[in-house]
Amino acid sequence: MSTASVPLGVVARRQRSYYRFIMPALVVIGAVIIFPWLFTIWMSTFDWKIGTEAHFVGIANYTALASNQRFLEAVARTFYFTVLAVVAPLILGTIAALIFHRQFPFRGVLRGIFIMPMMATPVAVALVWTMMFHPQQGVLNYLLSLVGLPPSLWVYSPQWVIPSLVLVEVWHWTPLVMLIVLGGLAALPTEPYESAKLDGATEWQLFRYITLPLVAPFLLVAGVIRTIDALKAFDTIYVITSGGPGTASETINLYLYLQAFAFYNIGNASAVVVIFFFIVMALALLLLYVRQKTKWT
Amino acid sequence: MTNSDDSKVSGSRRRRLLQAGAGAMALGAVPGVNQLAAHAQAPFDWKKYKGETIEVFLVKSPRGDLLSKYHKEFEDMTGITVGSEMIPEQQQRQKAVIEFNSGRTSFDVIQLSYHVQKRQFGKNKWLDDVRPWMADKSMVDPNLDFADFAKGGLTYATQPDGRIDSLPINLDPWVVYYNKELFDAKNIAYPKTFAEMVDAAARLNDPAKGVSGFVGRGLKNANVPVWSSFLLGYGGGFVDANGKLMTETTEAIEAAKMYQTLLAKYGPQGVAGYNWNESQSLFAQGKAAMWLDGIGFAAPLEDPTKSRIVGKVGYGVMPAGPKQQASALFGDGQGVSAFSKKKGPAWYYLQWASNKANQTRMLQSSAGAPVRNSAYQLAQSSGELKSPKQWVECMVTSARIAQPGLPVIVPVTEFRDTFGIALTNMINGADPATEMKKATAEFQPVLDKSEKA
Repeated sequence: MSTASVPLGVVARRQRSYYRFIMPALVVIGAVIIFPWLFTIWMSTFDWKIGTEAHFVGIANYTALASNQRFLEAVARTFYFTVLAVVAPLILGTIAALIFHRQFPFRGVLRGIFIMPMMATPVAVALVWTMMFHPQQGVLNYLLSLVGLPPSLWVYSPQWVIPSLVLVEVWHWTPLVMLIVLGGLAALPTEPYESAKLDGATEWQLFRYITLPLVAPFLLVAGVIRTIDALKAFDTIYVITSGGPGTASETINLYLYLQAFAFYNIGNASAVVVIFFFIVMALALLLLYVRQKTKWT
Repeated sequence: MTNSDDSKVSGSRRRRLLQAGAGAMALGAVPGVNQLAAHAQAPFDWKKYKGETIEVFLVKSPRGDLLSKYHKEFEDMTGITVGSEMIPEQQQRQKAVIEFNSGRTSFDVIQLSYHVQKRQFGKNKWLDDVRPWMADKSMVDPNLDFADFAKGGLTYATQPDGRIDSLPINLDPWVVYYNKELFDAKNIAYPKTFAEMVDAAARLNDPAKGVSGFVGRGLKNANVPVWSSFLLGYGGGFVDANGKLMTETTEAIEAAKMYQTLLAKYGPQGVAGYNWNESQSLFAQGKAAMWLDGIGFAAPLEDPTKSRIVGKVGYGVMPAGPKQQASALFGDGQGVSAFSKKKGPAWYYLQWASNKANQTRMLQSSAGAPVRNSAYQLAQSSGELKSPKQWVECMVTSARIAQPGLPVIVPVTEFRDTFGIALTNMINGADPATEMKKATAEFQPVLDKSEKA
């Protein structure tokens, strides 16, 4: 029945009744998302350390952060970590998916073993890797010595700490990328491959011109998930290095944690949260925009 | 009238009595307690608060575990039911700050670390002064024996205004663990001075064999006590009477240079990321000649399942610096929340937790170093003390020369963070004087702000 044939009073009543249905969702979103956000923004305009009186300072917390060397370094470090912790699992996960997409003996069992790291608790993973990274007693340097390579300082070196932490991320999250891409590969049509093979396409050409464009939307999904995960990485870094040596692995999250829960600088920490939120949103929107571009047509 | 009301009324009466002599009731004047005790009427009765329930907020540690294990003993003795929460140190500190700030605490008794929380708790008056209770004979166990507490512990428990807002439980002076086998092999005696310490580290350092002359904390924040151990020997301090940092003085820079020399030159590779656990593990493997850290590691070092150097560990008092011989001191105790509604029973818990039996148990189980002098005699005479004799002697001597290992200020964590980063940078080659000056300039405004707040 079209709205035009219904009296206006009935339409208004119906519309009012619709609000009743969306109210619970609105209340929940307002309470758990909108209110905390507004409150965080409000707190970021105060100079407030727990245990002291709060003073309104406007945007002073933001301007202070803009010239805070330690914070700016943490932002740069976060990007460095994120780029490595997204790109490496994407490449390795895609290769793994291509391998596991083929038929070979014990494929199911091996695939099961491959995805096991993903199921482990991050803190437990971090503790195990901490022991493995130990320069004198860790198993990694022992393995290097077996192949005649010199020992590394891993997370104990300011230069190598970020790549070493990325190594843990790669081990932990490559299986997730593999699963997403594997799902994409399973959904691919077979006709383009048959046609291309008839035209004499090589394996590389099949991958470059058919597989890659077709799985691109899935890679983008994996990319978005990994980017958000890598940006908010905290537990692994905190357990393994606590941001050290010095501040060599202090990302925005670690800096934020220190400000909020070690120094109790709530105003400053709230400003960091707001900035961090916009960084995450900007990156997520950018990736979603790219994803729109890669949609199958 | 409930017991808490009773406590409130008698508390205010006691406070009136105390007003006259309060000024003289600084730590050294604790005998004042005895004079005032004469005013008290009823004898002490452990069963006074029978039927009450208290909440205790402990730190997950061997001390926390030990007290929890014997809570039943307290409950049987007093009829007070104990509910306890025990969480890791950092989380416990965060939760405490949030709860105290809210003006309502879920706990009546809290365990605190003096080296981190003393000034914060004292400045905000979050814990009740125990002196009024101690002045009241009906509230103090005749066996409490306050004179039995070591001076270092009492100093730690006393606020600058003379308030004693906790009872100390554990002292943690820093000592040098040394590998006797490595020292003997090169015929080197345990160093008596800083100069001898550096010399011994140089002679015992043997990278080819994977042996470091010295090991200690290089990880930022955790590393500050290593530097402050040297700072005390150089006669330096943290903050002067005017609230100015003393961290760019000659003494502070010399201590930083010594830190840099020992860790960067004679420490293991990657020591910038070492906390106590990595240091312990290296030393226990026989791969380090000396290790400077808190007193509480005898148990794992003498445990054959965790150590390869059982029976070869020497326990040395911190060598003397150019100005004095001092051991950096850390410690913890327990206090009654100012927001508690069960202050009487909570005070009873404090007395039980720091009694002679618990302090002796603490030593016997290597859960910490007791504040009570009697615990050492009692533990040794019981024959159940597993720790080596040299460790006990080292502990007693170190406690005698101990001085606070961190400044008694509110932003201790920021202090440790700022100077910790400077020290880690030094391990990686930065100039000590430049780093100390930079850290001082960065931290002074934080300190000024905290004292003004």
